[in-house]
Amino acid sequence: MAETLMFNALREATDEEMARDKTVFVLGEDVGHYGGSYKVTKDLYKKYGDLRLLDTPIAENSFCGMAVGAALTGLRPVIEGMNMGFLLLAFNQIANNAGMLRYTSGGNFKIPMVIRGPGGVGRQLGAEHSQRLEAYFHAVPGLKIVACSTAYNSKGLLKAAIRDDNPVLFFEHVLLYNLKDDLPDDEYVLPLDKAEMVRKGKDVTILTYSRMRHHCTQAVKEIEKQGYDPEIIDLISLKPFDMETISESIRKTHKVIIVEECMKTGGIAAELVALINEQLFDELDAPVLRLSSQDIPTPYNGKLESLTIVQPAQIAEAVQKMMEDRI
Amino acid sequence: MCAERTLPKFDTASAKITKEEGLILYEDMVLGRLFEDKCAEMYYRGKMFGFVHLYNGQEAVSSGIVKALRPKGDYVCSTYRDHVHALSAGVPAKEVMAELFGKETGCSKGRGGSMHMFSAEHGLLGGYAFVAEGIPVATGAAFQSKYRREAMGDPSSDSVAVCFFGDGASNNGQFFECLNMAALWKLPIIYVVENNKWAIGMAHDRATSQPEIYKKASVFNMAGYEVDGMDVLAVNTLAKEAVARARAGEGPTLIEALTYRFRGHSLADPDELRDPGEKEFWGKRDPIKKFAAYMTEKGLATATELKEIDQKITDLVEDAVKFAESSPEPNPSDLHRYIFAED
Repeated sequence: MAETLMFNALREATDEEMARDKTVFVLGEDVGHYGGSYKVTKDLYKKYGDLRLLDTPIAENSFCGMAVGAALTGLRPVIEGMNMGFLLLAFNQIANNAGMLRYTSGGNFKIPMVIRGPGGVGRQLGAEHSQRLEAYFHAVPGLKIVACSTAYNSKGLLKAAIRDDNPVLFFEHVLLYNLKDDLPDDEYVLPLDKAEMVRKGKDVTILTYSRMRHHCTQAVKEIEKQGYDPEIIDLISLKPFDMETISESIRKTHKVIIVEECMKTGGIAAELVALINEQLFDELDAPVLRLSSQDIPTPYNGKLESLTIVQPAQIAEAVQKMMEDRI
Repeated sequence: MCAERTLPKFDTASAKITKEEGLILYEDMVLGRLFEDKCAEMYYRGKMFGFVHLYNGQEAVSSGIVKALRPKGDYVCSTYRDHVHALSAGVPAKEVMAELFGKETGCSKGRGGSMHMFSAEHGLLGGYAFVAEGIPVATGAAFQSKYRREAMGDPSSDSVAVCFFGDGASNNGQFFECLNMAALWKLPIIYVVENNKWAIGMAHDRATSQPEIYKKASVFNMAGYEVDGMDVLAVNTLAKEAVARARAGEGPTLIEALTYRFRGHSLADPDELRDPGEKEFWGKRDPIKKFAAYMTEKGLATATELKEIDQKITDLVEDAVKFAESSPEPNPSDLHRYIFAED
């Protein structure tokens, strides 16, 4: 076991997969000599060379399209979005070509590629660098969407994403790169489509992902003080959802709160609520509650920014309301 | 009406093609022409749907360029006007026709349609319907060729990618971004601008501050050439040089082929903006007639031989229609198939 920070866990995953498979290469802005904006690829170019750690010009749509072309012809590109928000500039290549091309081509081609990088709301980075993109990409057919949340799962999930034969959008969170875990010495790979049980409980199911997982666990002490026993599930896979794990929990607790960092309108929770209503309506003792970030551009001011996203106290309060049948 | 540019002169004596090569080029151009004529007929008879963009008039570009590639192992990337590029790349006419009919036997299994022809087997990376979006994809295929040789140590990796697009795409950022990267990394790719003077209703001169597109290569330190796109010999000769340079690791080439589409932008286009005089000027420069005359004058083929090819292709296109008509539609139970690699 070795204590490892998340950015190093991601680096280890990349290194191991590059050593294992020569078709794996990383491309993006400053991924080579600079080592990545969060040092996920630090010094890998010294080991693998400039072609396998390809520093690209600042041309997001074109280098994403290049990755699609490389994937169509048998390579396994891993794109680092220096900030995932920059990928809005590549929306066409990600949606039309990475996402849809296998279908449009009638199965002629597969597109094994990973698009990873820091997303989410950081600390006063301003609106453009504090995006909540997962919902923007959620409707695109053919994409898998994954959000890692710990050093441990980031490594196992990234390795799985690189081995997957489909385009995977892999969201890291800008504020989680310094989380630590003791990582196993032996290699491990985690399934991309399985939710993670964070805390077993019986009273209420809390569904969450990415950084909000940690806001949920921070709220646990307060919730326990209130006398309740919450079950916390980290969705991990935002598309497709692991409805098996989700429904097992709901069949036990009959109450659901979804805590997300993305915006409320058209968000991940919006989709989940609809699915839960469609599939598990009879199991519910109360309407599903959503705690989402505000439908506004992320403000720069620190106070306004913290009001924009969900805080632990709000989660504890929501649990109490739900348990006291006040919803 | 766009002013006509002075067409670059080509010395046919420098062409040096064999009879076999000449017949291949002729047959491929005839196939392109007769296939598209049949598409128009089938569209008006309600056999194919959606937007259908025909290639009539531009055949010398597709045949001249693609026939300079290897039959297997190289890559072709196209646009929404992709039927004839697919045919030149070797996709059987019956599979292209079946795709247009929306049938399971189509090269994209009826999921793609007119603007989305694909064939992994023939190195056809696809028809891309949004203008310029195929340019990065083709650039990625060229990167792959270099990567296999230099990063994976495979000395046999020398495939070349050809990327077709129109004058309209040459004003898009992806064009400039990819020219920069291809030149920077000396990628084995040939960018072929088919300048037919019109982006639907937007005359090239009205959209472009420097209408001579081939000159834009120079700012990327890339080789750039203009060529008479109605002269298959000129196109083919230039393409062979560009392919040789790419295969030798000497980098990309931008080719601007001056050409013209004999029909509207698509079969839904009333084609009201183009001047009749302009159409007549280019109509007289029909690349197939021009090349047929060359072949017979040089004694590379007799009129009878060429007629036999015309007949053979007429029959082949008829067979393609029969094949498409008699093919099954996709099975409704396969609606969700091909979303993911495992499907």
